[in-house]
Amino acid sequence: MKEFLLIFRIEAKAPEPSLSPEQIQGMMKPWQDWIGGLAAQNKLVGAGNRLEHDGRVIRPNNVITNGPYVDIKESVGGYTIIKAGSLDEATELSKGCPIIRMGGSVEVRTIIPMN
Amino acid sequence: MQQNELIPHLFRTEYRKIISVLCKSFGIGHIEIAEDIVSDTFLLASETWGLKGLPANPTAWLYTVAKNKARDVFKHNKVFNEKIVSEIKHTTPVAHEIEIDLSHKNINDSQLQMMFAICHPSIPAEAQIGLSLNILCGFGAEEIADAFLSNKDATYKRLARAKEKLRSENVKIELPPASEISSRMDPVLTTLYLLFSEGYYSTSQNTTLRKDLCVEAMRLNLMLTENEQTDTPFANALLSLMCFHSSRFEARTDKHGEIILYEDQDETLWNKELIEKGEYYLNRASTGTILSRYHLEAAIAYWHTHKNNTHEKWENILQLYNKLLQLEYSPIAALNRTYALSKANGKQEAIIEAEKLKLNDNHLYHSLLGNLYTDIDNKKAIHHLQTALKLAKTKPDKTVISGNIDRLN
Repeated sequence: MKEFLLIFRIEAKAPEPSLSPEQIQGMMKPWQDWIGGLAAQNKLVGAGNRLEHDGRVIRPNNVITNGPYVDIKESVGGYTIIKAGSLDEATELSKGCPIIRMGGSVEVRTIIPMN
Repeated sequence: MQQNELIPHLFRTEYRKIISVLCKSFGIGHIEIAEDIVSDTFLLASETWGLKGLPANPTAWLYTVAKNKARDVFKHNKVFNEKIVSEIKHTTPVAHEIEIDLSHKNINDSQLQMMFAICHPSIPAEAQIGLSLNILCGFGAEEIADAFLSNKDATYKRLARAKEKLRSENVKIELPPASEISSRMDPVLTTLYLLFSEGYYSTSQNTTLRKDLCVEAMRLNLMLTENEQTDTPFANALLSLMCFHSSRFEARTDKHGEIILYEDQDETLWNKELIEKGEYYLNRASTGTILSRYHLEAAIAYWHTHKNNTHEKWENILQLYNKLLQLEYSPIAALNRTYALSKANGKQEAIIEAEKLKLNDNHLYHSLLGNLYTDIDNKKAIHHLQTALKLAKTKPDKTVISGNIDRLN
């Protein structure tokens, strides 16, 4: 069993107008159910986190820019860590990710343990 | 109460109190002396009460005799006198003569401290439940063996080994310091949880004994919530969970001892007082920042006290199971989560999710698929139920599954 990092990317959009608690709950439910489904298969290592849109990028010579979004449309919106027998199985497990229905993508990467 | 019932009853309620107090006075290293004193006390009670009739206050009688016997041990047991009494006097300078304090407060304190001694990290987890039943609940090896479907000799040997470990580690009978309370509480709560589950889900046919296990787990848990230092949100959440579950005790079996499934239970038999207690402790558990599995399980049990199948109920249960599985995976939680998913999101989605679980050698897995395929593909439903019947081990499980197959045929 190996661990895999799932990186969720989606096109950066203007911030949504403020949402009601019901709307937020409605947006969260597909994620909660998908994560719960991975956990029910005992394939979840860590539910991970969502990331705020805002960020900084640090480059050599102390060059700091606001966000990585200059030349790419999609930005990382969150991540999750799962475990699976192979990259193929991890890919299969990622197919139900709600980000795909939202027009985004999942990048599946095998984690190399640090030891 | 008749005398022939009174002594076993007192044995159950008083044995553990006197043992804890005596062990606290002598140190856990001399647990066998404490056990001898209490056994002798009860032996004398059954002889004397049979001849002379019951004393006015049987409990006070037991305490007085136990105290006298303890004093005799101090006086006449040379080894004991030289070794222990000098040790005790050394550590408690005011005590010139050892006084056994059987006041209500000291009994409670000693039992609570004994709970932490038994659940000390140096004692193997599997020994902690047996020791708890024996020392904290007054269960004999035979009853413990009966509850765990094991044999008496093996249980007796396991208990003896566990006590030897308590002695050799010389575990102190005291509450852990405030800085360690929360970590030391974990194994205590786990033990109580297992004790309760053993009573609630055990396959032992002895219903009275099973109910006793649940009551004992609740009694010990209540002691934790009554002490300021151990009255933590986790302890309250666990007690809440136990209250909700035990509220259905009378409704979950029929008069022949057959299981009645939740959906078919007569909710008028649910104990409202226990449901209210469950809500009370769940409220008390709702402080702090950490959501434990006990909180989540208590909240799931809370929603089960609402009989009506509202969308709100099943959506809440589904999300609680989603969180519970993230804290700790278990096949049973995965199956229950999928059942909740069928109620909240529909059977079609639940079938797809269920088939991903691949718990093929678990009869509950096939029972769940049988339930999900019912009215969608009855042929598949029957096939799964028949597999479940083959895999089920106990008679009550087989009866339930056969009933479901009959309904489909």
